[in-house]
Amino acid sequence: MNLALAKNETGRALSDSFAIARDRLPGTGRVAEARSAAFEAYDRAGLPHRRIEDWKYTDLRALMREVLPLAPTPDAAALKRAATAVKLQAIKGVRRLVLVDGVFAPKLSELDGLEKGVAVGTLRGVLESGEAALQAQLFSLDSANPMVALNSAMMTDGVVIQIANGIVLTQPLQIIHVATGTTPTAMFTRSLLRLGKDAGVTLVESYIAADGAKTYQAHDSLVVAIGDNSRLDHVRLVEDGREAFNISSAVITLGAHAHFNTFGMTSGAAVSRYQATIAFAGEGSRVETNGVNLLNGRQHADTTLFMDHAVPHCASREVFRAVADDRAHSVFQGRIIVRPQAQKTDAKMMTRALLLSDEAEADNKPELEIFADDVTCGHGATTGALDESLLFYLRARGLSEKEAQALLIQAFVGEAIESIVNDDLRELAIAAAQRWLEARG
Amino acid sequence: MPALQETVERVRRIDVDQYRYGFETLIESDKAPKGLSEDTVRFISAKKNEPAWMLEWRLEAYRRWLTMTEPTWARVNYPRIDYQDLYYYSAPKPKKQIGSLDEIDPEILKTYEKLGIPLREVEVLEGVVKPEGERRIAVDAVFDSVSVATTFQKELKAAGVIFMPISEAIREHPELVKKYLGSVVPTSDNYFATLNSAVFSDGSFVYVPPGVRCPMELSTYFRINERNTGQFERTLIIADKGSYVSYLEGCTAPQRDENQLHAAVVELVTLDDAEIKYSTVQNWYPGNSEGKGGIYNFVTKRGDCRGNNSKISWTQVETGSAITWKYPSCILRGDNSRGEFYSIAISNGHQQVDSGTKMIHLGKNTTSRIISKGIAAGVSQNTYRGLVTAHRKATGARNFTACDSLLIGDKCGAHTVPYIEAKNSSALFEHEATTSKISEDVLFYCVQRGLSQEEAVGLVVNGFVKDVLQQLPMEFAVEAQKLISISLEGSVG
Repeated sequence: MNLALAKNETGRALSDSFAIARDRLPGTGRVAEARSAAFEAYDRAGLPHRRIEDWKYTDLRALMREVLPLAPTPDAAALKRAATAVKLQAIKGVRRLVLVDGVFAPKLSELDGLEKGVAVGTLRGVLESGEAALQAQLFSLDSANPMVALNSAMMTDGVVIQIANGIVLTQPLQIIHVATGTTPTAMFTRSLLRLGKDAGVTLVESYIAADGAKTYQAHDSLVVAIGDNSRLDHVRLVEDGREAFNISSAVITLGAHAHFNTFGMTSGAAVSRYQATIAFAGEGSRVETNGVNLLNGRQHADTTLFMDHAVPHCASREVFRAVADDRAHSVFQGRIIVRPQAQKTDAKMMTRALLLSDEAEADNKPELEIFADDVTCGHGATTGALDESLLFYLRARGLSEKEAQALLIQAFVGEAIESIVNDDLRELAIAAAQRWLEARG
Repeated sequence: MPALQETVERVRRIDVDQYRYGFETLIESDKAPKGLSEDTVRFISAKKNEPAWMLEWRLEAYRRWLTMTEPTWARVNYPRIDYQDLYYYSAPKPKKQIGSLDEIDPEILKTYEKLGIPLREVEVLEGVVKPEGERRIAVDAVFDSVSVATTFQKELKAAGVIFMPISEAIREHPELVKKYLGSVVPTSDNYFATLNSAVFSDGSFVYVPPGVRCPMELSTYFRINERNTGQFERTLIIADKGSYVSYLEGCTAPQRDENQLHAAVVELVTLDDAEIKYSTVQNWYPGNSEGKGGIYNFVTKRGDCRGNNSKISWTQVETGSAITWKYPSCILRGDNSRGEFYSIAISNGHQQVDSGTKMIHLGKNTTSRIISKGIAAGVSQNTYRGLVTAHRKATGARNFTACDSLLIGDKCGAHTVPYIEAKNSSALFEHEATTSKISEDVLFYCVQRGLSQEEAVGLVVNGFVKDVLQQLPMEFAVEAQKLISISLEGSVG
């Protein structure tokens, strides 16, 4: 009864806000039709709840309750606050592309002197007057997932990056999402990266809040196509405000002999969900995904990965580390499917959770679906507290309780962080983990 | 690596077309009218001479069932079951009042002889050399909806153990049945359990009094014979303080073209320091090689470690049934209680298996262990689905899970769906599903000592499957070994 009621109310509020926002959403004709179709798909399902298997541990009806209205286009004051926040996050030697409250901010971004063969545009630009194929690719995400459908319906802006064949960028690209809102609002973004053949790039995604930003919702999605023999290194850092919601989806497709290395760390946001589909479309490709959750207070973070082995001779590795303190709740759902023709697949998944408090919770659901016989697949999952004997060993050598714990936690998440290839980015992730540990006191 | 030829051969040998127990016993039977209604429930209750409270209990379950919908979350596909097109009760027509075993219909006796089940108290299960008359098993034989014979009743009675058909127990030990029936699997538990609560006809009832170690192994042999008949058995086993019992269960059915429904409920209760060991060799008719016929096996099995230091151990060898939907579970309520689940599930032909377990840690220092081996061949689908959860107050909970599967051929599927939920920092959970390769070191060691590569693999693998096999009582281990003398090389997680 309550659920039905909740759906109706949020549904109505959102239908209204979709209608209100419509004029501000870029694109007409086919784009507008695709939006309406996506919105209908979302409207039929409503916010996902625990009775939907995929959302069993992350009940957005209970956690999020409603989708907030679309954030206003940032004014000069907002941009100024955003600029301050971005400055604090600056990583050396990285090209910044900044989205403020879901709108691309050219003044805060570095667009000068782009390498040959690299094109950077905005989602708004592509949806308003881009080529049809690119638009179609942007709408290729499956609306069966209600949060993806909502994002498709409401997306206002984002970054569209195209890298031509044979171009290997040494300078990483960073997409920074900054929220400045002092009133509760939502932003809807979608970015796209098309990596040609024999190409390579490092992409960083950061989610941050400007000083004074309050409750907000970041609804983001990322579409990536990696060409044959190309390599993408991807780092994702969620450091949203502590009252924020971050619901992000990603769809990554790999060509033949491609390599995708991704690392994600969530230490911010009250409630976050990252759902990624990684699909192998060409033989001989390799994926490494690494993830870390560092949670405390009442944070809730959900990482849901779907590894789709559709072709033979591909390998995937998934490593996930969750640390949950206080009353935090960490969720990891990993699903590997090996389709009938995907012989010689080599897929491994390891997820470990560390609970630092008796009220913290960690849920793991590592799933395997295998339809081919000549494959090597495996998964492992562990949950536990810090090892008493290790703590004792360190205490006996003069470390305080907290220091000893910090050292062990650092080692615990270290395995995942080590996977970052770029030295600066790895340092950045280590620093972020250290900040979290220091904040623990 | 792919499966070895030898393994493939062995699996083929136990292929669905080789079903040995597919014969039919021609015997007159007494049936309830086709279909399900309150009248059917009343009919069954009346047939069993049940007291009024039992009928009420059934009717309540029936009414509840009407409001429920069939679950669809399992990875199994089957045409809709028409619940009105089934017989819910079928019993062999008694020729006269039975006084002793000699008076049982010889047709039925012959059936059990053919199945290798000794209803005469001098024998033991086929395939085992009788060790100086030491090992004896008491058998309760359930034929369609009724129990036809229970052996060794006198001797068990002397030990204080109650072992009888549940229909008799309802009449003779109402206080025990009232207290425990539905206390582990409530009537509202799930669609099939609720259906079972309404129409269950027979099954076994075991009560082991405090401090008694049951002098022999107890076993129930289920046989579905009649056409279009569902079997709804209900088993209730109570191990009182400090007692121990080992219980075995076997099942077969004739080869028929239509699907038959089997929806059983098994409830186990252990009080302080008690232990129940429950073993199943499930070999219902799996359907023919085109996937026609076979048993739909929708079973709810759950054990409740109610007392401190109690233990429940499930061992299952699943080779039959067109569809298996079965999750023997343990509720670890008592402090220091322990739950175990050992399973070998083989699917072949068009079989679909969705099986696993639930370990629910509620008490302090509770431990559980899950070992599951799934083997899929033909065009079958084999799924392991398991839940391990530790409650906030379950400090010191400990679980180890290993679930491995092997695929033979590229048309079948093997899946694992584990749910691991920890709500307590002192809970220590380990889950692994990695059997893909046998340690190179071990193989090298064996080969170096003169074994061929295949012999070495066989040796290692045999030791590997033993984890589960050695949990079976000896009589069953022999039968199970025959069914699964299969190596696990080339398996995948």
